[in-house]
Amino acid sequence: MASPASQPQRLVGLNLMVTIESKPPTARSGEAVYFLIATVALALVAAAATAASKDPLFQFQGWIFTIAFTLGSFALAAGISSGSFNSPQDRYSDGVIKAGVIATMFWGAAGMLVGCIIAAQLSWPRIFYFPDFGFLNFGRLRPLHTSAVIFAFGGNALIATSFWVVQRTCRARLFGGIAPWFVFWGYQLFIVLAGLGYLVGITQGQEYAEPEWATDLWLAIVWVAYLLVFLGTIWKRKEPHIYVANWFYLAFIVTIAILHIVNNLALPVSFLNHRSYEVWAGVQSALVQWWYGHNAVGFFLTAGFLGMMYYFIPKRAERPIYSYRLSIVHFWALIFIYIWAGPHHLHYTALPQWAQTLGMTFSIMLWMPSWGGMINGLMTLSGAWDKLRTDPVIRMLVVSLAFYGMSTFEGPVMSIRAVNALSHYTDWTIGHVHSGALGWVGFVTFGSVYCMVPWLWKKDRLYSNTLVEWHFWIATTGILLYISAMWVSGIMEGLMWREYTPQGFLAYSFVEVVAARHVEFVIRLGGGLMYLAGALIMIYNLWRTVQLPSSESAAHPANATPAPLALAAE
Amino acid sequence: MATSSPLFSKHATLERHSLLLLIGIIIVVSIGGIIEIAPLFYLESTIEKVGGMRPYTPLELEGRDIYIREGCYLCHSQMIRPLKDEVERYGHYSLAAESMYDHPFQWGSERQGPDLARVGGKYSDAWHRDHLINPRSVVPESIMPPYAFLAKKDLDYRDIAEKLKTQKAVGVPYTDAEIASAADDLKAQADPSASDATLKAHYGAKANARDYDGDPDRITEMDALIAYLQMLGTLVDFSTYHADAPANQR
Amino acid sequence: MSYETVSRLAQQGGTVYFVILFLGGLAYAFWPKKKDEFQRAARLPLDEEEG
Repeated sequence: MASPASQPQRLVGLNLMVTIESKPPTARSGEAVYFLIATVALALVAAAATAASKDPLFQFQGWIFTIAFTLGSFALAAGISSGSFNSPQDRYSDGVIKAGVIATMFWGAAGMLVGCIIAAQLSWPRIFYFPDFGFLNFGRLRPLHTSAVIFAFGGNALIATSFWVVQRTCRARLFGGIAPWFVFWGYQLFIVLAGLGYLVGITQGQEYAEPEWATDLWLAIVWVAYLLVFLGTIWKRKEPHIYVANWFYLAFIVTIAILHIVNNLALPVSFLNHRSYEVWAGVQSALVQWWYGHNAVGFFLTAGFLGMMYYFIPKRAERPIYSYRLSIVHFWALIFIYIWAGPHHLHYTALPQWAQTLGMTFSIMLWMPSWGGMINGLMTLSGAWDKLRTDPVIRMLVVSLAFYGMSTFEGPVMSIRAVNALSHYTDWTIGHVHSGALGWVGFVTFGSVYCMVPWLWKKDRLYSNTLVEWHFWIATTGILLYISAMWVSGIMEGLMWREYTPQGFLAYSFVEVVAARHVEFVIRLGGGLMYLAGALIMIYNLWRTVQLPSSESAAHPANATPAPLALAAE
Repeated sequence: MATSSPLFSKHATLERHSLLLLIGIIIVVSIGGIIEIAPLFYLESTIEKVGGMRPYTPLELEGRDIYIREGCYLCHSQMIRPLKDEVERYGHYSLAAESMYDHPFQWGSERQGPDLARVGGKYSDAWHRDHLINPRSVVPESIMPPYAFLAKKDLDYRDIAEKLKTQKAVGVPYTDAEIASAADDLKAQADPSASDATLKAHYGAKANARDYDGDPDRITEMDALIAYLQMLGTLVDFSTYHADAPANQR
Repeated sequence: MSYETVSRLAQQGGTVYFVILFLGGLAYAFWPKKKDEFQRAARLPLDEEEG
């Protein structure tokens, strides 16, 4: 990550020149020593707890903790003795962002692959289930898939891009010395603990909040460090105004912290037992869970990625956001309304009806800020629509907004009680989630990563725009196959369940409805495989990009924006 | 930056000072959540008064933990909605009271498989065993994974008393006697030759005690899971539930 | 406080709270004196240098 400090500062835009303070490098090593002490102590605690426990699943987790902290101690000791933590303080820290980009693509491909495997299991259960390997059953792989794509792929993308955006728009180096690296590696440890945990059967049985108490506790520590790094960088800023993308990132970080803590309040069976029981029960547990679950969508998968959108679309289009005022209204309306919408997951359940109605009302209102944000992003391209034709990366970003618009329209429709009576419990919901996840979250991430990789590795361009075209078209076709298959399957399922014979009996047994969906399951798998293929093409393209010869001019990320232009706008 | 009006300067501070932005976000997000969720904690009126609800027996609790461990909730709901076809297919719609001891709830969100809220007593133990070992041996079109390993694995219930104690700490009304005899109650429920007098004294005469997995010599994970499935939805005495009572009209 | 009180507060209070907050957000975004600052802020991602 270290780069030679001897290189003189590039002075391009004179009055906006980066003036990042230089601190004595020794201070950084001192900090690393504290980290080393803490890591060694944690390794000892983990080893002792593993030895003392009689619970095999707790021991499994304990081993992962012990190995991770031991490796961390060695890495810290090696770094301190070689002095590699004394990196120059007058540059943005980009090493951790590079690592984040690599992790994003790795976990993305892994999570999508698991998704394809479980889609194959539902299509051909006689082939893809292995009676002797229970840990590969659908029930264990499904949380692995959702966590890998949401928290590992999405989370790494959010951490990496937020570190890029906050430094550039605050004109300040990341706060906290090696703390950003702690956030990165701590988060990877969380992913490994959660993912391997599901395979061996460690789960607390709450959708999208499956990790058990020890893993939850670790994530809480990492998340607080993330918040401090992000806030600290904002405190150091040279720019009086906090750019709106950072508002979205901050809301994402803070709210996820609150949601994570409230929804994971649980009492461990003992401190040497992996299992815990949630403090909430029944209907309260359900409401807290879907308050969490829906806001994981709202703040993790929406607010965070909107932060990405508000930086990378203007940046790539080389035009300021269409309306900065609209972005502010978008922000406050979105974070307010989202927090109320959770109960629409519980229509017609034992939740009191007024709460269902309240959730539905706010869900329908949510349509407005969502589309406000979409229009804001799309109109940023007004006057430069030809870029859609010439630049496949910007096309990917714009299509992500189109999918955002589509799923934020579909969502409010599905939150209406009468529609939900049909759609709930069916594949329609799964199709809806994937139009948001593959179309919006996936594409805005791909677009941003395509932007960042040449900037980070100081390249003039991507290795191949043609491969980006291939990625775009294969993935788009895959998404369309996926979501149309799930629409057909879901609506058919909902209608068949409520179908009566003329004599007044239910027309179909449950399993007849399952069998009827086989073709859609296979089409869904095809769509998923295409999406995965697109991601693999992207990984190849990025790999070749990194191998291109470095270019001096590319050291300036906005290589197509000459500084005088920027100044003229003042 | 102008500071002419007090309102304006307040806004400017909010925007420039990240701490205020942070606090603004926390207020917006948490007040909404609190206002919406808090009323549900006025428990008495949210949960119907019905007879029959009791905490899980130790064996059922272990079975429930296996249900959670295997991710059954990802494909099976436990929440029957008051819609005509659902009530006819699965039985009486679910009451809030029926999950009052569920930490956490297992209502689920999709139905790759059928709802299980009232599966208890609908099939024989032998059917469940065959179905769990190889679902396609009894339902050829099934897409459910096989769970043959449950029948081979002895149930590890060394921590059952601790589990009951933890459940009690989060609000499930287990008595000290029930916690003390947790392991014995568990054995009594799965062993056809043991006396189930204490078990029934603790959990009522309706608590099933038998060998569930067809292997009377061992207590396997299959025993626990089937014991749990066979009691699902069977507790509430619907003669004590009055749907028209004002308290049940919310 | 009874259950009725808190649930009414959730429904009516929530709506009023939202309207107030939304108007506040609008007022802030469209405050005339903020215009220049917002225009400058909108250019933040574009007017940056590599450090």
